[in-house]
Amino acid sequence: MQVQPPLPATALPATAFPAAARTVPPAVEFRDVHLHYFTDKGETHALSGISFTVRKGEFISLVGQSGCGKSTMLSLLAGLIRPTSGEILINGRPVSGPPPEVGFMLQQDSLFEWRTILDNVLLGPEVRGMDMMAAHHRAERLLKSYGLGQFMGHRPTELSGGMRQRAALARTMCMQPDLLLLDEPFSALDFQTRLSIADEIGAIIRSEGKTAILVTHDIPEAIAMADRVIVLAPRPGRLRSIHEIRFPSAGDTRPGAFAAREAAEFQGYFNRIWGEMEDHA
Amino acid sequence: MPETVSVSPGVSAAPKTPSPAYRAWQGAQRRRRMLIALSRIALLGLFLAAWEIAPRMEWVNPMLTSYPSAVWQATAELIGDGQLWSNLWVTLVEVVISFAAAMIGGTAIAVALWMSPALERVLDPFLVVLNALPKIALVPIFYIWLGPTGSIYAVAIAVSVFITILMLYTGFRQTDPNKVKLVRTMGASRAQVLGKVVLPGNIDTFTAALKANVGLSLVGVIVGEFQASTAGLGYLIVYGSQIFRMDMVMAAIVVLGVISIAIYLLIQMLERRLAR
Ligand SMILES: Nc1ncnc2c1ncn2[C@@H]1O[C@H](COP(=O)(O)OP(=O)(O)O)[C@@H](O)[C@H]1O
Ligand SMILES: [Mg+2]
Repeated sequence: MQVQPPLPATALPATAFPAAARTVPPAVEFRDVHLHYFTDKGETHALSGISFTVRKGEFISLVGQSGCGKSTMLSLLAGLIRPTSGEILINGRPVSGPPPEVGFMLQQDSLFEWRTILDNVLLGPEVRGMDMMAAHHRAERLLKSYGLGQFMGHRPTELSGGMRQRAALARTMCMQPDLLLLDEPFSALDFQTRLSIADEIGAIIRSEGKTAILVTHDIPEAIAMADRVIVLAPRPGRLRSIHEIRFPSAGDTRPGAFAAREAAEFQGYFNRIWGEMEDHA
Repeated sequence: MPETVSVSPGVSAAPKTPSPAYRAWQGAQRRRRMLIALSRIALLGLFLAAWEIAPRMEWVNPMLTSYPSAVWQATAELIGDGQLWSNLWVTLVEVVISFAAAMIGGTAIAVALWMSPALERVLDPFLVVLNALPKIALVPIFYIWLGPTGSIYAVAIAVSVFITILMLYTGFRQTDPNKVKLVRTMGASRAQVLGKVVLPGNIDTFTAALKANVGLSLVGVIVGEFQASTAGLGYLIVYGSQIFRMDMVMAAIVVLGVISIAIYLLIQMLERRLAR
């Protein structure tokens, strides 16, 4: 068993999200969450004592080695599994079952080959029994604004990887979620596409004022997209540190994901986070 | 004809005028296909000729093998006195009904098992054993329990229903877990997961089960008719062999072959329809 080094200076106490909490509940709150997986092979302590909050409209990146419980945290938020102990709240309400305000994007776009792109985008409203007329208008508007206007009647197999991931975003957005959960959504794409899609999707999410939690093992991507980067330590998964990401050198408004990589502060953030992840490699 | 599909924007379709090299390749391809077709016809002709000549030259006993011209004559006779149609009709009705029953029943049970994993866990070993058990062995029991007609249906259904359940259920369980996870995050109920992902994602499994089952239903019906019936192609085969009319037996078998081909073509058509 390795001895846990003291938290670095950048780490913030989990409850450091202050005054506003009194009036508006945070978009997401983890309260001392523990999770154990039980299987025939044995027990896995996947998450240990996780506590943090996410403000409305904030973009969080979650990084950590593979197996440190990142996907598990998103599954908890999506109501697919229950914590062994502790509590998870979305907009102040405890999660019990898939919350209607959550939209989930996975690494695989999982578009249904037997549906057209438009019908794929309508999947969420269909499952949730939303007003289909309105959903139809929304789907068309989303697809057009994501540059997929001509492909609404096409099958997913006729689209490139980047286009498929944009269609998957449209499918998520068509449910009008407040909270987006992104589980390595770009890692199946080639590097070129990955950079531009991350930039595009980041801009869309920010412009719509959504709260987002992005899981990634790509540190530059985590920094480029987020307001805060949360680093997890493995076995059992626990919070290691939280980094506020600011780019004062790039002006008052936060630069886009692509531009952020050029900002003066970028390398500093990278070195610190990378160093933290190295410790346990 | 396959549809032309634009692969992705910016990728233009094949040029309008094919190059001479491509033309040459097409020509070679056409010749190769022609050669294959000719070879098949020649092989069939050779087989028929050998079958005709060997008994006539008394190289083999014609009483045992009959020969094509006699089979042809027997077929014509059976058609002439209406025996072929009436027996063919009986067999076809039995095949269609037991096939439909096995498909519908098998699908319903596979769906029930998927909806209730607890039920599946309990029933799994029984299904595996029932599937492995040679259903033909049950023919006498079915005959005693259900009488001549009932036993034909029972065998035909028994032969195909367990394999249908196992094929479909296995397909259901192997549905892309990411797609299932996706609709679950949308809040889908188990029935919705079934309707939106599992069933539409298993069209291929379903056609595979269809294919396996038509053949199996035919086997089941013929075996049932051997034991039980007073009509049908299976009856014609047994009857012909009892009065030692090999030409009649062979004629019935040829008709069975023709049915199999017709069924095969029908399934192929259906498959294309579903694949679209
Ligand atoms: N369904 C499950 N059953 C048992 N163990 C699991 C399950 N899902 C994840 N785990 C285990 O929990 C730990 C965290 O997994 P996960 O959240 O997928 O990590 P990450 O997404 O950070 O790679 C791993 O050790 C993994 O093996
Ligand atoms: Mg993961």
